[in-house]
Amino acid sequence: MSSDAILELRGVVKSFGGLLVLDDVGFAVRPGEILGLVGPNGSGKTTAINVISGVYHADAGNITFNGREIERVPTFRRVPLGINRTFQVPKPFHDMTVRENIEVAAYFGAHSGSARTSSEIDAVITEVNLAEQADALASQLNTNAQKRLDLGRALATAPKVLLVDEIGAGLNPSELSVIAELLLSLARRGIALIVVEHLLDFLNRITNRVIVLGAGRMLFEGTLEGASRNPDVVAAFIGG
Amino acid sequence: MKSAIAVCCVLAAAFLIAPHLYGNRSLLFSMMTFVVLAQGLNLLYGFTGYLPFGYVGFFGTGAYATSLLVLHTHVPVLGCVIIGGAGTALVALILGPLLRLSGAYFSIASLAASQILFNVVSNQDLSSITGGPYGLKIDRVYDPSASYLTMLAILLIATALSAYFRFSRFGMALRAMNQDPTSAAMAGINVVRERLIVWLVSATIAGLAGGAYAWNLSVFYPDAVFTLQISVFAIVFALFGGVGTVLGPIVGAILLYALYNAVGISAPQYFEFIYGLLIVLLVLFLPNGVMSLLTRRGVRVL
Repeated sequence: MSSDAILELRGVVKSFGGLLVLDDVGFAVRPGEILGLVGPNGSGKTTAINVISGVYHADAGNITFNGREIERVPTFRRVPLGINRTFQVPKPFHDMTVRENIEVAAYFGAHSGSARTSSEIDAVITEVNLAEQADALASQLNTNAQKRLDLGRALATAPKVLLVDEIGAGLNPSELSVIAELLLSLARRGIALIVVEHLLDFLNRITNRVIVLGAGRMLFEGTLEGASRNPDVVAAFIGG
Repeated sequence: MKSAIAVCCVLAAAFLIAPHLYGNRSLLFSMMTFVVLAQGLNLLYGFTGYLPFGYVGFFGTGAYATSLLVLHTHVPVLGCVIIGGAGTALVALILGPLLRLSGAYFSIASLAASQILFNVVSNQDLSSITGGPYGLKIDRVYDPSASYLTMLAILLIATALSAYFRFSRFGMALRAMNQDPTSAAMAGINVVRERLIVWLVSATIAGLAGGAYAWNLSVFYPDAVFTLQISVFAIVFALFGGVGTVLGPIVGAILLYALYNAVGISAPQYFEFIYGLLIVLLVLFLPNGVMSLLTRRGVRVL
């Protein structure tokens, strides 16, 4: 284990029935680092996010956060520890306003004793560029704005590790630039980010360290450029 | 919160004055009972999305627990009602694993649980304990006035709880859970615990109402407190008014129970038709209840 890692997975296994979705997956991420998680559809990227966030429990292996084993810690307790995520398909509370979405996370998900103030909630809303829609219902937002709301809801809990699941999908180039800059600013603040993404250009703008999954197994760990030359990675994406 | 207090004051005044203006105290008591049940059901269904078809099971449990305490202890009857409510919460805690289910599965399972409770208390072999099919008789404590006031107190408690669920931070967590439990967990909400709390509170309200109802009847058969019609009425009344609101179940229960008494007793054949028609119209045009007539116009309904 790298001694300065905030999150580390070792030998994580997850299967659904007879289907092995994660097979001996292990990696670590340090504060302020952005780690890209790439792979073809069905390679286990989102399952890895789900296992880290506690939506699923691993069948075997260890997940260590800040030196503490967390496999048995339920999701809602991982949040105040400092783990949060966004969803591939955004999952805001549709019948609540943008502000209420942020408020509920700030109130229930913040570290104990650090309930966020109103101005901090405003700052989160501004950071994800939703200030003008603060009083709109989440259901009235477009997909891009809902993704930013997902992100804002996660940020309201002051995460130390943020899992970002395909936030770039469906966004136009200018929207991608805004999101890329936002993720970089979060990393500069010391938040470790694990970014699942199919858009390699987008990923290349925010990090040069990636892990490639294929059929649940880690095929490669290194730079994006290195990944593109790795025969296992090429075979996983193209076949062969 | 001021408006919730105002609603409680209006309800208290209305049901305290009504017996002096309208002679049929029994009807007023039954109306209050159904307002309580509609509100109690609303606490669970309106705020968590869990619809308990077997809600009557808690009502019957409260009735039996209270009556058995009256028969076998020297606890004052009001204390029996309160302990009966606590006993109902205990039964709800035992049935807590039902909350692992959702949607129709939960509704059907809760219905099955209520039928199990009914079959236990009405079992001939348990007649020495529960009275079996012959029911229970607690006529030595019969007191229509005290039981009426007790039911009114339970009504006010249920209304206050509904207002708390609607406007508190806890209520905000419930709304979040109702819309997306996974996202709610990622907002740091202990979904399982909060849902269990609401389940226990809702069951306790029904149990307290059952206890006060048994006290008011003083003699009852198992069918009287376990009939599925009680669940159906509570559900329809709450839906008619509008679940997830404080006023909806109150308005729904008062309007429809008044209609039931105006038509249902004198001409039950028309009543079934009118009720059926109302439900169809409700589902088609007002799926969020009559309160949605106001919310659609931008009125913020309590």
